[in-house]
Amino acid sequence: MSEIRKELKYLSSHEWARVEEDGTVTIGITDHAQEALGDVVYVEVPEVGSTVTAGEEAGVVESVKAASDIYSLVSGEVIEVNEQLQDAPETVNSSPYDDGWFFRVRPDDLAELDNALDADDYRSVVEDEE
Amino acid sequence: MGHKTALFALHQTMGGKLVDFGGWDMPLHYGSQLEEHHKVRRAAGMFDVSHMTVVDVTGAEAKAYLQKLLANDVARLDNQPGKALYSAMLNEKGGVIDDLIVYNMEGWFRVVVNCSTREKDLAWMSRIAADFAVELQERDDLAMIAVQGPEAISLAKKVAGAEHAAVIDQLATFQGKPSGNWFIARTGYTGEDGLEIMLPNAEAPGVWQALADAGVAPCGLGARDTLRLEAGMNLYGHEMDEDTSPLVANMGWTIAWEPADRIFIGREVIAAEKAAGVQQKLVGLVLRERGVLRADQAVVIEGTEQRGIITSGTFSPTLGYSIALARVPITIGSHCQVEMRGKLVGVEVVKPVFVRQGQSLV
Repeated sequence: MSEIRKELKYLSSHEWARVEEDGTVTIGITDHAQEALGDVVYVEVPEVGSTVTAGEEAGVVESVKAASDIYSLVSGEVIEVNEQLQDAPETVNSSPYDDGWFFRVRPDDLAELDNALDADDYRSVVEDEE
Repeated sequence: MGHKTALFALHQTMGGKLVDFGGWDMPLHYGSQLEEHHKVRRAAGMFDVSHMTVVDVTGAEAKAYLQKLLANDVARLDNQPGKALYSAMLNEKGGVIDDLIVYNMEGWFRVVVNCSTREKDLAWMSRIAADFAVELQERDDLAMIAVQGPEAISLAKKVAGAEHAAVIDQLATFQGKPSGNWFIARTGYTGEDGLEIMLPNAEAPGVWQALADAGVAPCGLGARDTLRLEAGMNLYGHEMDEDTSPLVANMGWTIAWEPADRIFIGREVIAAEKAAGVQQKLVGLVLRERGVLRADQAVVIEGTEQRGIITSGTFSPTLGYSIALARVPITIGSHCQVEMRGKLVGVEVVKPVFVRQGQSLV
């Protein structure tokens, strides 16, 4: 069974979101997602300063096996991206919830996260797939 | 639950991620497909290929039978005990039923066909055998371990012991020999030197464990695919199938046109195709920037409406960028474009082989 963190919010397409102390939202892909993808070789994240929309495509992750779109959990401006993933995409495999984060958003409306799954709901999604 | 090889329990204890492959529960990787790939290019790795189908062909007309069944000519193996031959097995329309390896076993032959095509291969082989004095025996009592990489042979010799090692020392490339109740061949599917060892199921776990203890990395089907693709080797169902002629799958070299009176199945159709002029060919594609070429993506060529198609594509761990095999119109030049996720991306066209013996060829 893959790791699912209690404090995060999730999408059924296997992205997670964490609300930081300053109110910004960090987004990445779950442990289950990285395991299903296998070795990650490229990550495409949105540009800093661009706008992302909740439930819409914000980037791409490519593994040896497959390409997969990354969806944002909130709408807002991208204020930071994880540059480390350009040179070390394997970080997504080794540390999906910490060093392997994708991008950080200043959300227009944090309440959008209420539509996302909590850890228990996401666990059922993963169990259905495993 | 699928079929299990004699090594199934070991795959589990060694941390293999098991997936269904043609009805068999096989390891995809043991943690990292990329690391396994590099082990094979730089040192030694091993693959459980017991799911492949081994068929022994015996009887007075074994040779005549295979000369009818196969597009390549087993007469090329005459006076070369143990020698292996790669061939297509064609249907009457000149499409490829399967690609296979046949070994000269001195008086009889051993044929190794793919796992995903097992049922139809056996049915077809039996059907054609009806007209010949031959017997076909499937050898599901044998496991098969492929040990591949620059250090594969020396490590395998150490593990196998003096008697097997003496046999291994005599093997030329693409040749096999019986060794006790093993059959050891200097063949593989990675573009590296190495061995494929067929041995009784009961002995396989002990040998696998001993090889692992000696430093040979267990590798899964994931690395097997990236290695064969870098080496420019075809995979059945991708580069060729029953609707694809061997002439457009870079398999022209495996067709024995001489002697002209050898009437193998499919000959008439592909001879006519050749005479009319083959319209497509298999090439290699290289994408040096970001992104990964994938099977079924369209290939767009300047100056023609005709499209090509990527038959296999992946990220090349050795080269650090993406490579692909593609079936394209013969008019293709040195560059073309691939439709990737809604965008046209420029790629380089190369010969369909990228890495051999650890060295980049592109």
